[in-house]
Amino acid sequence: MNAMAPPSGPTRKAQPRVGLFVTCLVDIIRPTVGFAAVKLLEDAGCKVVVPSQTCCGQPAYNSGDRTNSKLLARQAIDAFEDCDYVVVPSGSCGGMLIKHYPDLFVGEPDLAGRAERFAEKSYELISFLVDVMGVDKVNARYEGTVAYHDSCAGLRELGVKRQPRRLLAGVEGLTLVELNEAETCCGFGGLFATKYGELSNAIVGRKAEDIRATKADTVLAGDLGCLMNMAGKLSREGSPIKARHVAEILAGMADGPAIGEGKPEAAR
Amino acid sequence: MTVVATSTKFKENAHEALTDARLQGAMGFSGNFVTRRAAAAARLPEFEALRDSARAIKDHTLAHLDLYLEAYEAKVRASGGEVHYAQDADEARKIIVDLCRSLGAKSVTKGKSMIAEEIGLNHALEEAGIEPFETDLGEYIIQLRGEKPSHILAPAIHLRAKDVEQEFRKAHRDLPPDRSLAEPEQLVAEARQVLRAKFLTADVGITGANFLVAETGTSVIVTNEGNGDLTQTLPEAHIVIASIEKIVPTLEDAAQLMRVLARSATGQDASVYTTLSTGPRRPEDLDGPRAYHVVILDNGRSNMLGGEFEDMLRCIRCGACMNHCPVYQAVGGHAYGWVYPGPMGAVLTPSLIGVAEGGQLPNASTFCGRCEAVCPVRIPLPGMMRHWREREFERRLSPAPLRYGLGFWAFFASRPTLYRLATALAARAMHLGGRGKGRFSWLPFAGGWTRYRDLAAPEGATFQSRWRSRSGAVQ
Amino acid sequence: MSSRAAVFAGIRRSLGVVGDEATRRFEVETRLKQAPPGVVPKRGQGDVSARLATFKAEAERAQASVTEVTEWAEAPAEIARFLRENNCPAMLRMGDDPLLAGMPWSETSLAVLRGASDGGDVNAVSAAFAGIAETGTLVLVSGPDNPTSLNFLAENHIVVVPRDAIEADYEGVFAKLRGVYGKGQAPRTVNFITGPSRSADIEQTLLLGAHGPKRLHIVVVG
Repeated sequence: MNAMAPPSGPTRKAQPRVGLFVTCLVDIIRPTVGFAAVKLLEDAGCKVVVPSQTCCGQPAYNSGDRTNSKLLARQAIDAFEDCDYVVVPSGSCGGMLIKHYPDLFVGEPDLAGRAERFAEKSYELISFLVDVMGVDKVNARYEGTVAYHDSCAGLRELGVKRQPRRLLAGVEGLTLVELNEAETCCGFGGLFATKYGELSNAIVGRKAEDIRATKADTVLAGDLGCLMNMAGKLSREGSPIKARHVAEILAGMADGPAIGEGKPEAAR
Repeated sequence: MTVVATSTKFKENAHEALTDARLQGAMGFSGNFVTRRAAAAARLPEFEALRDSARAIKDHTLAHLDLYLEAYEAKVRASGGEVHYAQDADEARKIIVDLCRSLGAKSVTKGKSMIAEEIGLNHALEEAGIEPFETDLGEYIIQLRGEKPSHILAPAIHLRAKDVEQEFRKAHRDLPPDRSLAEPEQLVAEARQVLRAKFLTADVGITGANFLVAETGTSVIVTNEGNGDLTQTLPEAHIVIASIEKIVPTLEDAAQLMRVLARSATGQDASVYTTLSTGPRRPEDLDGPRAYHVVILDNGRSNMLGGEFEDMLRCIRCGACMNHCPVYQAVGGHAYGWVYPGPMGAVLTPSLIGVAEGGQLPNASTFCGRCEAVCPVRIPLPGMMRHWREREFERRLSPAPLRYGLGFWAFFASRPTLYRLATALAARAMHLGGRGKGRFSWLPFAGGWTRYRDLAAPEGATFQSRWRSRSGAVQ
Repeated sequence: MSSRAAVFAGIRRSLGVVGDEATRRFEVETRLKQAPPGVVPKRGQGDVSARLATFKAEAERAQASVTEVTEWAEAPAEIARFLRENNCPAMLRMGDDPLLAGMPWSETSLAVLRGASDGGDVNAVSAAFAGIAETGTLVLVSGPDNPTSLNFLAENHIVVVPRDAIEADYEGVFAKLRGVYGKGQAPRTVNFITGPSRSADIEQTLLLGAHGPKRLHIVVVG
């Protein structure tokens, strides 16, 4: 597992042009995460742009459909051509862009190089803030206890581990309780959660047990897929524990409904 | 007769496993493999460097496998042993049964061997009127139950002590029925007593091999119980059954691999017994077999060389991948339906029995990557499972709903304007469908999800549509 | 085509080689001859005292017991003490090792039997070929001096090892084996033994004495 290192080479621009790759789950289900990412990036001194975008191609890739994954990868590479960086609020989509786009185009004369360069300028959100923009502390406040789940791809493909904990440590009023088996999979796995629902349920059941044992009021992670999985299990079990993307807390945007939570007047 | 696989029924097998309270209770004991491996790795500063060294040795050996195999064979013969080659399981069984017959064997003790499981050796021996006795405690227990091993190191990991007591009372009829077997110590003591008699009277001992050392013509077994040693020292003949990729060049290379094997498997720095066996007994020896035979099995492995799945041949059968796998930990080994469970089983099984029979297994993974993170020889297990999924997709073996679903998604995702429109509509519709509760307890096509979990409803407008309407103010 | 030929043909076909390529042969011959050591942990290294201390600590971690005596002549009394304190019968079996035979057993009340075991011995004594500090391991070789079966059949196994036979690591032992048996040669059996026999096959509970000895007692001499 290699930790992401800040890029060597020419000094970072004063106001880098950062293309935000929101991910389809954030785009469709929870735009709040996208706006939290924008705030964090702008506060760190970046100029944020949002090129017209769709899907990174991971569902196709993990299902063995190389043709469609290459199609969508190529589209993404084109869309973010004029950005200094591509930043994505997801370790799993991030892993796709950074680790797997180069694999998709190995040996192809034009695209191999472009995919490499694209991968080199792409980062998961929190590691970008800490490792590249040098953010040490965010200006945020959260009165409560949280637990942090290390989403697998972010952890093992991209080395995201200490960065979110570092920034959470600086959030006023926040207490972080370490989750037992924080590094164990939550059972989402993309299409796996639906294809192998019973098995996925067994795995997220253990995760929910570990989350409840922390007595935290909220569980955080850097991946919306994992969060929806954990949130869905916790609420089905009648647990009051909420789930949010870590960016929401760090951006001070944790006032709205949590994942899977309705408007207060409609809640039972 | 080939070993029958039920891997195509993985989902059904998994369902049974998940609803089996006894199995779930037993699997609870297996968690500390993870802690112990981590502790052993942390205690040895050179551990990561050793993993790289082990990987390099395996890669080098595989690239020169024909030559190292020749060298190994020559040394075995020079030390008075014999080498036999089996292209497949049928041949391997025949060779071993014929050897046992020619030696007039009535009973055979067996050390633990996954290759022997792979070829279905016990059944073949029984058909030939030769009685095989498993001597590894876990293997002995499952032999009594007529079961297959559920883990490559801890074959009886799916059982509770009470299950073992039940089997022993059924099988060991000449022992006093009122004896206490409440404690695991008593069970172990009884197995020791019963199997001691078998060790002493066996005509032939059959073991596997963790490594075959080319430099000296040596077979190496790595155990904790000592059963492998009693199996291969006491009888008149010792037969080793091992697959082609077990070859390592030198004793030093074996030591590199030994150092990562025990630590990755059980968190021990060394297993209790690591035994090097070279040829039959020497004239001056007071014990040891008079005949030493090595049966080398291919069974599909030479086909893996030089291909997409070659890295899988680096596997040293430590079991770390399955110990760290959330899927294996949830369902145990039998759900995988053949000989090899967990991530290594998911990659190896389609190679050995075909993708039609074994293809379910590489699909049942979240790609969490923990297996690759702990593999002592750095096999890219999720990547190879993805290769299998690609093969299935190309051959249209993936289920139709998946293919259509992916095609449908790709149609929209490759047309950004259409995508933004369609997703905006869907987000609005689903948001309203959530009726302010913010989540669904059921949604069509999402039964696999909503049967067990709520599904968060969209906020209502997509990020991209809100960004665009906001862009009048910002930018 | 014989099975042997078929297996080799399959391997060579997949690797895209014929088998007589000079570079490949040279690489293989060189590696077999030179046997490069790879990554050798520092743990077992040091002078005789350091190696002994590491050996003792590692062996005890593996549930062996270790004592030291200065002279060979003291060993029988130490062994008698061990057997007595553990309520073991005052008898033992050993091979023809002159080192063991030459010890003053008559100074104890131990009954000493010689030769390979038939399975009925409670206690066995062997002399080790070497020790390994890195892992607290004993190295025993087959032969009339210390028959292999003694290492596994008795309930209590006592092994005597000279202090300066404790090598730092496996690599040191391989060098010693080559010195005695010749390069590319080995006796029928070389046992690397680390602690008493154990199994965790029942509910992952660690239990000693699965098939091999329940107790392993090491007497370091010198």
